[in-house]
Amino acid sequence: MAEIELRGISKSFGTVPALRDINLTIADGQFFVLLGETGAGKTTTLRLIAGLDRPTEGRILIDGQDVTDWGAADRDTALVLQQYSLYPRYTVRQNLEFPLKSPMRRVPPDQIAERIARVSKTLRIGHLLDRKTDRLSGGEMQRVSIGRAIVRTPKVFLMDEPLSALDAKLRESLRAELKDLQMTLGETFLFVTHDQVEAMSMGDRIGVLNKGTLVQVGTPQEIYSNPVNTFVARAVGSPAMNLLPGRIEGGRAQLGPGLALDHAGGAEGRALIFGIRPEDVELATGAPLPATVTDVENHGVEKIVTLMAGPHRLRATVPVTVRVAAQDQVRIGWQPARVTLFDEATGRSLRRA
Amino acid sequence: MAAVRTTGEVLRHRLAVVSLVVILFVMLAPILWITATAFKPRNLATTVPPTVFFTPEVSPFVKLMVKRSQLREKPTEEQLAAAPWWERLVLEGGEKVVRSGKGAVQPSGYPSRFLNSLIVATVSTVLAVSMGTITAYGFSRFKVKGEDDWLFFILSTRMLPPVVVAIPMFLMYRAVGLNDTHLGLIILYTAFNLSFSVWLMKGFIDEIPKEYEDAALVDGYTRMQAFFKIVLPEAATGIAATAVFCFITAWNEYAFALIMTNKRAQTAPPFIPSQIGSGLPDWTVIAAGTVLFLLPVAIFTFLLRNHLLRGMSFGAIRK
Ligand SMILES: Nc1ncnc2c1ncn2[C@@H]1O[C@H](COP(=O)(O)OP(=O)(O)OP(=O)(O)O)[C@@H](O)[C@H]1O
Ligand SMILES: [Mg+2]
Repeated sequence: MAEIELRGISKSFGTVPALRDINLTIADGQFFVLLGETGAGKTTTLRLIAGLDRPTEGRILIDGQDVTDWGAADRDTALVLQQYSLYPRYTVRQNLEFPLKSPMRRVPPDQIAERIARVSKTLRIGHLLDRKTDRLSGGEMQRVSIGRAIVRTPKVFLMDEPLSALDAKLRESLRAELKDLQMTLGETFLFVTHDQVEAMSMGDRIGVLNKGTLVQVGTPQEIYSNPVNTFVARAVGSPAMNLLPGRIEGGRAQLGPGLALDHAGGAEGRALIFGIRPEDVELATGAPLPATVTDVENHGVEKIVTLMAGPHRLRATVPVTVRVAAQDQVRIGWQPARVTLFDEATGRSLRRA
Repeated sequence: MAAVRTTGEVLRHRLAVVSLVVILFVMLAPILWITATAFKPRNLATTVPPTVFFTPEVSPFVKLMVKRSQLREKPTEEQLAAAPWWERLVLEGGEKVVRSGKGAVQPSGYPSRFLNSLIVATVSTVLAVSMGTITAYGFSRFKVKGEDDWLFFILSTRMLPPVVVAIPMFLMYRAVGLNDTHLGLIILYTAFNLSFSVWLMKGFIDEIPKEYEDAALVDGYTRMQAFFKIVLPEAATGIAATAVFCFITAWNEYAFALIMTNKRAQTAPPFIPSQIGSGLPDWTVIAAGTVLFLLPVAIFTFLLRNHLLRGMSFGAIRK
């Protein structure tokens, strides 16, 4: 059980900055997801918290205690790595025993056996215990890695894309298992991923990392409905938010010659980007904007419709019951309240500014 | 699938086998020859053409081990009867075993040379490999300022031909009293093998994911513990391969041993040929000495063969 706090953390490798002035508090018992593209600095953040690297600047606190200068062994975190978490020379059991047999812990043998029995039951790896780890499938391997983290009941769980190497189906089931596990344990989890679906479905809170800067922290709902900038808007949601350049003139959203939509006004005259989620794009006969359907994807409960409105390509999700086909001429509209405005120059949301 | 072979294939297969046998024979001929000589009676050792069929004897090995002197006349029946079996072999060759005043058998020069070789090669191999492994680990895992320059410097110590440094080394060794000592040779061979060991081990350790140690560190182990528990076992293959190379180099080294040692710490390589010079050489004894000298490297390599095969296929000497 622990609260993690990062205060003004920066990290450079030589002259290359990997993290810039990160301030973040992760509450005790929270499932926090760090979302970012490759190279965003996710692994770096985890390694700093685990104590494997030292920050160039800033302090790290665990449970209010400054651990910046502590070694990894003293911090009592568990880390599930992207890969190479398990020792190929050891059996599954030996891998699970390894953290318990550390000289600084010295768990008595009967307790070791008991904990391993419990963990292998939780993760359903009992039948694998005497196998060498290089003979396991990807999913089994990740289960064992997670097992190796939880046998020890550490203060903090750090997971570096533990599901990224798995196929979609396994990923989904392990995702649910992990979430369950976190609920049962009630521990603080910091989970790193580049997959926004994973982030949205698992996180109590999400932090979005862009090129070493933490751009937004919030609940999945906040991040989804109120992204601070176009980067976050693009990063979460599938399909992504439609981002349409234009300006507000005479109380209407002007997306180009003859392309006007309702708008409440304000921010007159400056270059803007209108952000609208695909599910908020309405197809209706009386709607103001003419558009051509270029593609329709059927996803079972909904259809994703790709449209061209003048020079703009945008996507809309509609119920499967809506009859629409490629090359159809349709009219689209939106509720002005559902639109997020971004400044075109900075990409920042006007709601936040 | 290819159960039925065409005659062409069969022929090619047979040809391959035959040529392999020929190549093998050519390769092994010197070893066969020297081994055969080591078991021959003295009078058959230098016949022309060579004797191929003979009753093997162990007398060359007995003679190799003990100090002998020429007998003036043939040994008497009593002498032969009183002597143990091995001494009889020497007596029958027209020589007697030299004994000290108290009657203890005097060993020849060979056993002590052989022991010296073992000590010097083993100790210098252990030193070179362990120092090399730790150094390589440092270079592999930590940021070292001027890493490439250091590594080049380490390699450059091997670029000077030994002959060039032999005389200055000899003078230095004489000045500090390291001449003809085990320690002197051990230092020399360790220094000689170290650069090689660092380079080879760096290749092997670079191949071990450093995430293994990261995981151990997070799990509550110190870096030292992680090194011994995780890195060393993972590097076992590389260590074995490096050890074999270092051992062979130290075991076979001739030039320095010839210059730096003459008696107390002399190793087998300079000793074996030195016997040829003294009087009429007994080729069977020299052959016996050579055959024994071949054994340690063969045994060592054989013991580590599983590691070696894997060790050669990755790391610094990957083909
Ligand atoms: N040891 C290092 N030396 C130099 N640069 C590094 C080092 N580790 C990371 N970096 C750089 O820091 C940046 C962030 O790397 P990091 O590994 O944290 O990214 P990530 O978000 O985990 O990416 P991925 O999703 O690919 O794992 C990258 O630009 C990377 O090149
Ligand atoms: Mg990463």
